Amino acid sequence: MSEGRFFDEMWAQEDAARPPYNSFYSWITHEDPARLRAKQREAEEVFRLTGITFNVYGRKEAEERLIPFDIVPRIISGREWQKLSRGIEQRVIAINAFLHDIYHRQEILKAGRVPVEMIAGNEALLPQMMGVMPPGGVYTHIVGIDLVRTGEDEFFVLEDNARTPSGVSYMLENRETMLSMFPELFAQEKVRNVSNYPLLLQKSLAESAPSGIPGDPTVALLTPGIYNSAYFEHSFLANNMGVELVEGHDLRVVDGRLCMRTTQGYDPIDVLYRRVDDEFLDPLNFKPESTLGVPGLFDVYRSGAVTLANAPGTGIADDKAIYSYMPDIVEFYTGEKAILQNVPTWRCSDPDSLKYVLDNLAELVVKEVHGSGGYGMLVGPAASKKDVEAFRKKLKARPANYIAQPTLALSTVPIFTKSGLAPRHVDLRPFVLMSPEGIRITPGGLTRVAMKKGSLVVNSSQGGGTKDTWVLDD
Amino acid sequence: MILSISHATRYKFDAPVSYGLQQLRQTPKSYRAQSVLTWTTRLTGAKKQLEFDDYHRNRVELISLNDGVEELVIESEGRVEMADTHGIVGPHAGPAPLWLFARATPLTQSGRGTRSIVSQISNGEPLDRLHALSALIKDQIAYEVGASESHWTAEEAVAAAKGVCQDHTHVFITCARIMGFPARYSSGFLLLDDREEQEATHAWAEAYVDGLGWVGFDVSNGISPDERYVRVATGLDYSDAAPIRGVRMGNAEESLSVAVKVAQQ
Repeated sequence: MSEGRFFDEMWAQEDAARPPYNSFYSWITHEDPARLRAKQREAEEVFRLTGITFNVYGRKEAEERLIPFDIVPRIISGREWQKLSRGIEQRVIAINAFLHDIYHRQEILKAGRVPVEMIAGNEALLPQMMGVMPPGGVYTHIVGIDLVRTGEDEFFVLEDNARTPSGVSYMLENRETMLSMFPELFAQEKVRNVSNYPLLLQKSLAESAPSGIPGDPTVALLTPGIYNSAYFEHSFLANNMGVELVEGHDLRVVDGRLCMRTTQGYDPIDVLYRRVDDEFLDPLNFKPESTLGVPGLFDVYRSGAVTLANAPGTGIADDKAIYSYMPDIVEFYTGEKAILQNVPTWRCSDPDSLKYVLDNLAELVVKEVHGSGGYGMLVGPAASKKDVEAFRKKLKARPANYIAQPTLALSTVPIFTKSGLAPRHVDLRPFVLMSPEGIRITPGGLTRVAMKKGSLVVNSSQGGGTKDTWVLDD
Repeated sequence: MILSISHATRYKFDAPVSYGLQQLRQTPKSYRAQSVLTWTTRLTGAKKQLEFDDYHRNRVELISLNDGVEELVIESEGRVEMADTHGIVGPHAGPAPLWLFARATPLTQSGRGTRSIVSQISNGEPLDRLHALSALIKDQIAYEVGASESHWTAEEAVAAAKGVCQDHTHVFITCARIMGFPARYSSGFLLLDDREEQEATHAWAEAYVDGLGWVGFDVSNGISPDERYVRVATGLDYSDAAPIRGVRMGNAEESLSVAVKVAQQ
């Protein structure tokens, strides 16, 4: 049933399901398809009710759209996960060391492993962070590492998300929905728990508080507000962590500390999990027109009285042009070869690479260096001739703005359709928590699935859906 | 030489202000050629929230305006011991790497005007070229008090052919960077020989020359800074080194007066 060209995580072997799917496969083949269809509809209703919706930019007619959920889990064996999580941990340690180095001694530039121009000319560099040591030395409290798979043992990092990775609420809701609809499945399989993520997040943030705080640190979550596409996630996480959800206008600098307004006056905040981008954080220090931030917040941070998670300026580590140097970065700081592979990447700023990319445009994926969410990218094999030519013009006009990668043969996992199980392409975003006490990796993460047959774009803004992700205790 | 300095900034608001914050960069730096003997700041109508050293090692004080304030006064005074180094500040130090000072900023974007100035500088020794640049800018941009707006870019000043020390400094920085020199903005106090009362705080430029380190250029006065120049704040441009930047709530209009006195003891 596998489509041959692509590695299917359930059906890659002839005759039988791959071992992690054995038990699930035998369960689903004995289920009545009509019951499963009813469950699928029920799941959609649950999501509608819990209000997991996603604003799709530029589609006014459908301002809130449900992210499709598929009831077939994506299953990873404990052995597979062990290797992946070692690779993820290594990468997160390297990212944090890189940030510390860039904002302090720049040893990696002096060693010539990353060219100075890549940093000096980079919009994601935040000069104001030069020489700043974040509390506990942690820059990236929350990281999302996007992984794709192309074979039995072939995993690649597609991109790193070191600013404000989102999507963890879908991971949690997906599990909760599966648990309530198919409790029998969880009785027969040893699936590792993910539902303690909010607790671990709260613990990890509290551990990152500035030193010398009397009593338990106070954590709060700063949201841009209800019009933000991830507002649901912000309120969901604040609620499940048991911390205040605040907006910029709730906060003020009082007695040298960041404080939130309460009915009894102002209460200090020790750790701010901010889901507001750097440039909007503080109108006194950054964009003066920002109404989402708090004037003087960066000054409080600089004086050491509050932790910002993630630290400002972490974008320099997940910039797509820096991505291509990640194997060097991992080796430079850990002294080991990168466990997780990078996708081969052509930097279009380099004339030879640009020529190759222009000559092979129809076979490549081209991305904007600073883009995200699947916007502004070209998927050569899926694009029309006209689109390819239009993109060629953009590429020639601003080559340094783009990187190109081969079109990867992303693995597939079946989804449940009207006509039964059908393979669809997937990726995986594991979530990593970092505090001075250590690194915690949630087993699994968010599996995104391209619901359209043959599509390789899994972004929810481009019609992707999600699946529950299981890591088994082998 | 010991200089005694006093610096008073007075804001009057035409309506009570309920909330506001100001970031002050007004404390002289201590370094090889300059040591701060005493320095105190007194606030009226505001309260100090915190202080720290920023990435240019400028001392930053954050103050909050008192609720309902109609007049804010910031008064600093102190004594600074100065040595003459003939314009040479010395080797690069501090957390900001040198390559950062080669970057253009919004106020120092190069354009036709600044490139045209650079094209008139002939080849030669780095220091000679920088002195020629300073003289050319003084020649092409007339010093005129009140001629420019504080948000002018280097290009705007070149186009207007007039400006104040801030504009001269921005044009110099922009041109020096085009010529391949890391360059920065420096603001501070200046002892004028013929009088004690100064117009306001002063600004000049610094460029990095291999072998010499940072070298100062006061374009407006056509000289290199000497022991009469007290360095207070440095940065990539004015916005990093401004003596005061602030935000406040409401639409009260403000009037501002600044008094600076510098005297040799």
